[in-house]
Amino acid sequence: MCLGVPGQIVAVGKDIHQLAQVDVCGVKRDVNIALICEGEPAELIGQWVLVHVGFAMSIINEEEAQATLEALMAMSVLEHEVGDFIGINAGADDAVR
Amino acid sequence: MQYVDEFRDPELAKTLLAHIRHKVSAIAKASERPLQLMEVCGGHTHAIYKFGIDQLLPPEIEFVHGPGCPVCVLPMGRIDGCIEIAERPEVIFCTYGDAMRVPGRNGSLLDAKRRGADVRIVYSPLDTLTFAEQNPDKQVVFFGLGFETTMPSTALTLQQAKRRGLTNFSIFCQHITIIPTLRSLLEQPDVRIDGFLAPGHVSMVIGTTPYGFIAEDFHKPLVVTGFEPLDILQALAMLVDQIHDGRCEVENQYKRIVSQQGNALARKALDDVFELKESSEWRGLGSIAGSGVQLTPAYREFDAELRFNTQEHQEVADDPLARCGDVLTGRCKPNDCPLFGTRCTPQNAFGALMVSSEGACAAYYQYRRGLA
Repeated sequence: MCLGVPGQIVAVGKDIHQLAQVDVCGVKRDVNIALICEGEPAELIGQWVLVHVGFAMSIINEEEAQATLEALMAMSVLEHEVGDFIGINAGADDAVR
Repeated sequence: MQYVDEFRDPELAKTLLAHIRHKVSAIAKASERPLQLMEVCGGHTHAIYKFGIDQLLPPEIEFVHGPGCPVCVLPMGRIDGCIEIAERPEVIFCTYGDAMRVPGRNGSLLDAKRRGADVRIVYSPLDTLTFAEQNPDKQVVFFGLGFETTMPSTALTLQQAKRRGLTNFSIFCQHITIIPTLRSLLEQPDVRIDGFLAPGHVSMVIGTTPYGFIAEDFHKPLVVTGFEPLDILQALAMLVDQIHDGRCEVENQYKRIVSQQGNALARKALDDVFELKESSEWRGLGSIAGSGVQLTPAYREFDAELRFNTQEHQEVADDPLARCGDVLTGRCKPNDCPLFGTRCTPQNAFGALMVSSEGACAAYYQYRRGLA
């Protein structure tokens, strides 16, 4: 009940009471945008949003999404280097050789 | 799918698991007894089992499945009230699919439908306004159920109904709010929880600030979390880091969706349509002050219980053997309940934790039966 799906806004009406069209995995869905629209609906075209029970509930913050993934990748590199340093990756490297 | 697939990367998951194992091994108290981490939201419970996250973690970490599944904490009496209205000949009763099979004393809404009631599953409450406009000689009732995630959509639907002047539309209000329930849980003496994974989509509406008391007053770490495997693993890593460092803070792993202040437009709609009720009954947890809402005077004409003058139904009539409440508070695991898998299965559920796909017992039954 609490899950949502990401989609991209492809078309909007003139005001917030008209439903907007969101592309979810290639399928077009009509959604209400009153909870995310503070200015003109047209400004939302191209934005990624989280859709829940027919309502766009949040604009996905693309910079934060990227920052989260970059932090995870940096952690992955660091863990691997630490692994090399203390020797826990050696077995895997030997197997490749 | 963008914003989904990249948060399922197995290589990054391995890194996070290595980090969690490494940090947990350095936490002294975890060697004496497992750390109990509560995932508050039923969506997290489902994801943890679906992706097998619980089986990848070291034995020093134990999940406690929290009260954040609105179907699971739904008292029987509320279902009886829904059925009383749904069985009226003039009513079209609309609900999210999750609530269809929750048993009341006279069966479930699905049973009422079998007996001839016009009960319809809707994806969105907006669909119910269409039914009301298409059926002017009928009364359309929407079962408004859920936490702050689903509350704004009910609020906006009611605002539209009022704007359109619909006189044949009303809601059965069973919206509840998570913060007083977490406080009540933490005030119970024998519940020991070492940290919280907080619900991502409730927080999208309320923001991260309302959780402050958990860190400040109860000295428990908390991380607001998304629903993909990397979200949950990263949040666990952040929680374990806090416990390792002796910190108790409110942190936000799900910044792509959740801001500190939440969604102001959604909260404005909530303030317009809903006000706090004195107390509400939760299945398995009892009565909790200030944990439910009712319609404000401006919207009370849309209250289905007032419109149809329903009777007071006995709130809870649980079998004393059932341990739904103990599962909800982490005092036992689903398979410790004597009814689990025997008198209580997803096909023939006794408790709501077995009915909803987000309930701990249903997740346990579907993904872990035979392994435990």
